[in-house]
Amino acid sequence: MASAPGACFHCGEPLTGREPWTVRLEDADRPVCCPGCKAVAEFIRDTGLADYYEYRTAPGLKPAPELDDTDAQWLAFDRPELLEQVSSPLGDDRRECSLLVEGVRCAACSWLIEKSLGSLPGVTEARVNPATARARLVWDPARVRLSRLLSALSRLGYRPHPGGAASAEIAEAERRRALRRLGVAGLGMMQVMMFAVALYAGAFQQMDEGLERFLRLVSMAVATPVVLYSGFPFFAGAARDIRAGRPGMDVPVAIAVGGAWVASVFHVLSGQGEVYFDSVTMFVFFLSLGRFLEMGARHRAGDTRDSLARLLPDLARRRAGGDWEDVPVRELAAGDRVLVRHGETVPADGRVSGSGGRFDESMLTGESRPVQRRDSDMAVAGSVNLGEPVEVLVERTGGDMLVSSMARLLERAQAERPPVALAADRVARWFVTSVLLAAAGVYLYWLQAAPDRAFEITLAVLVVTCPCALSLATPAALTAATNFLARHGLLVTRGAALERLAGADYAVFDKTGTLTRGRLRVVGVHPVGNTDPDRALALAAALERASEHPVARAFRDIAPAGEAKVSVVPGQGLEGHIAGTDYRLGRPDFAAALSGVTPPVPESEATVLLLADRSGPLALIEVADDARHGTARDLAALRDLGLALEIASGDREMPVAAVAATAGVECWAANQSPEAKLARIRRLQGEGHTVVMVGDGVNDAPVLAGADVSVAMGGGTALAQTSADLVLLGDTLGPLPLGVRIARKTRRVILENLAWAAGYNLVALPLAAIGLIQPWMAAIGMSASSLLVVLNALRLSRDPAPAGPQPATLAGEAGA
Amino acid sequence: MTILYLLIPLSLVLLGLAVWAFFWAVNSGQFDDLDSPAWRILLDDEKRPPPAPGESEEPDDERDA
Repeated sequence: MASAPGACFHCGEPLTGREPWTVRLEDADRPVCCPGCKAVAEFIRDTGLADYYEYRTAPGLKPAPELDDTDAQWLAFDRPELLEQVSSPLGDDRRECSLLVEGVRCAACSWLIEKSLGSLPGVTEARVNPATARARLVWDPARVRLSRLLSALSRLGYRPHPGGAASAEIAEAERRRALRRLGVAGLGMMQVMMFAVALYAGAFQQMDEGLERFLRLVSMAVATPVVLYSGFPFFAGAARDIRAGRPGMDVPVAIAVGGAWVASVFHVLSGQGEVYFDSVTMFVFFLSLGRFLEMGARHRAGDTRDSLARLLPDLARRRAGGDWEDVPVRELAAGDRVLVRHGETVPADGRVSGSGGRFDESMLTGESRPVQRRDSDMAVAGSVNLGEPVEVLVERTGGDMLVSSMARLLERAQAERPPVALAADRVARWFVTSVLLAAAGVYLYWLQAAPDRAFEITLAVLVVTCPCALSLATPAALTAATNFLARHGLLVTRGAALERLAGADYAVFDKTGTLTRGRLRVVGVHPVGNTDPDRALALAAALERASEHPVARAFRDIAPAGEAKVSVVPGQGLEGHIAGTDYRLGRPDFAAALSGVTPPVPESEATVLLLADRSGPLALIEVADDARHGTARDLAALRDLGLALEIASGDREMPVAAVAATAGVECWAANQSPEAKLARIRRLQGEGHTVVMVGDGVNDAPVLAGADVSVAMGGGTALAQTSADLVLLGDTLGPLPLGVRIARKTRRVILENLAWAAGYNLVALPLAAIGLIQPWMAAIGMSASSLLVVLNALRLSRDPAPAGPQPATLAGEAGA
Repeated sequence: MTILYLLIPLSLVLLGLAVWAFFWAVNSGQFDDLDSPAWRILLDDEKRPPPAPGESEEPDDERDA
């Protein structure tokens, strides 16, 4: 199996095939994309855990470039007061800590962590839940320190967040509660079905009357907890809807469950009439199952509070007297002085003091070029210091920070989302009103015609029009489609979004991180003569250290070959002096001028740099911000589905135009602020378009929330993911066209279901109203229509679709 | 068929036990992670990883505690 050929062995990023880094594993050289992945893969191999690569089902997290600095940053967690905050004593000298581990993607990840940490002396328990990315560590502080465990985690390529598991715990409690309700509904449903079969059979074979009454009593005893306990969320939801004056789907569900249950209990107690406990329990079970699955998808996509926490560092280095101390970021206050070293994230908004430095604000603005901040300029929390260590005078913390205001903008955009009333909700409102009116009319009529039958017939009307099928129609189809798409790399976090995706006719893409990887990389090194490619890269890295050109960032995670004295020749390249030799790096003609010898320059879409010294050219280095794998193909597929495409980027004109040309998109806009993007989307919506927004950055989050359907990249920021309706799990846009196709098919199935359910109710209602429906007919009709709806929905999970790309495995590569 | 009057209540007792066991299992976290245990049985082999670099080897009698 040629599993992901040309992809990084560790993190799965596509390779150009010209990267110089490999890892030797099981007698084969595995290509990796960067020194970080190389270091992690080698560490995993050297600790004897290479089995991880064989069993994982998702590629690893691309490690942060600053791997060498990891050990020191965790030391602060050994300080007693901080240790006290993030962990708790177990009573027997051991301590327990619950932490969020970023980068846990599959079961093999949790195995890797458990094995690796569990083998450290003094660790008695290491458990990682891959579903919630939450880890529980129990260790003996006398034998091993927490910082040792944390740095071991980060060496494996994961990012631990001690004390960041609060919302994971909330999610876990919610999941457990839902699971208990689901379990009760399932067990109860099976029992009641069994009794129902006996009752149906007995009805045809003259069952003993005492036994029949007994079976009905027992059914009631089992169904009642199912209705009251498992069905509680529906009643609570209906009460909330009615108080808010907007009856949604919970109202007919509550009426159906409550009405059928009340009628059945009434019939059991009065000894005559039919019971519907089987339908009620089945109904509750299927609806709970749908909600349980949707909740799982929501939890996987994360939580806003977590995402903000992940954007900021855990610790900040604060000045205390003449010294520096590490404190948790939430303890910072305005007026504190914090030190931000190279590669660290600014912990709070503040003024830069001293000479200032360069900051990467791409997470916030989408601007791929570093920003220069001089003395007393504002540094924004969440941006990364790319230059020398700087001191920042904190001005705003917590909710006042720009990142937090971004989160508020996001919440507002979510609240102002254009009210696309869902088909089911529209039908529900109409349906509830008409059923209640009809029931009231029937009751009034029979009160005069035959007062003794009035109550019974009104109940029959309510039961026979039980909107079971109607309220199952949408959730059953959405559940099936959601599951199917999750298996193919598209996570649906809000089921209702599929309905809007089906009607989408306009797609707006962010550029950085969505259509491109958002990062310039060295994609190839061609030595001239017998130059060592590693040496050439190290020399280039040393020269580029001094440059602020975007190209320099491609060399950021390469160890430089010593200090360089560099002068920049604008538009040409760099000239520098390293260990007694003069070098030039830049445009081939510029660099070659040093010796007068020009090597043949290969044809390439990438930017080609030449490294040369006085004796001649040394190596050609290719640098590119490559488009995502298969982007042009995926966009073409979307266009074939009838969507108009547009690029809206916060980046400058040049790179946006280049990407638009490669991707084949004619309509594009550069220099777009989040507000401008949001306004653009509002304008499109005003023109009657249903807009899909695809993005990945924090700056995209409010825009995502404002679009009709929002899609976040799986590798993007967590904040973007939480505001998105759909999350692309893989590294390509490939699942998106599939999602549109399935969404349209889902809409068709939903319409079929609604038509069937409404038709059934329309026929049954008048018959019941004139007292013609036999109770057993009502019961069978109710169950059969629900079953039909569920079966119709299940057709969605059988769509033949191309298999998604699989991560590289040892077994897969060995068989290639 | 009078035996049903005994058997059905008995089945209800069993049902109650099943619900109790299910609640216990959910509350003690048996259902929190449905993916990794299936892998764990494949992965938990004799191959014992050496401790992380820079760490001295110690008898690990409490590894699986």
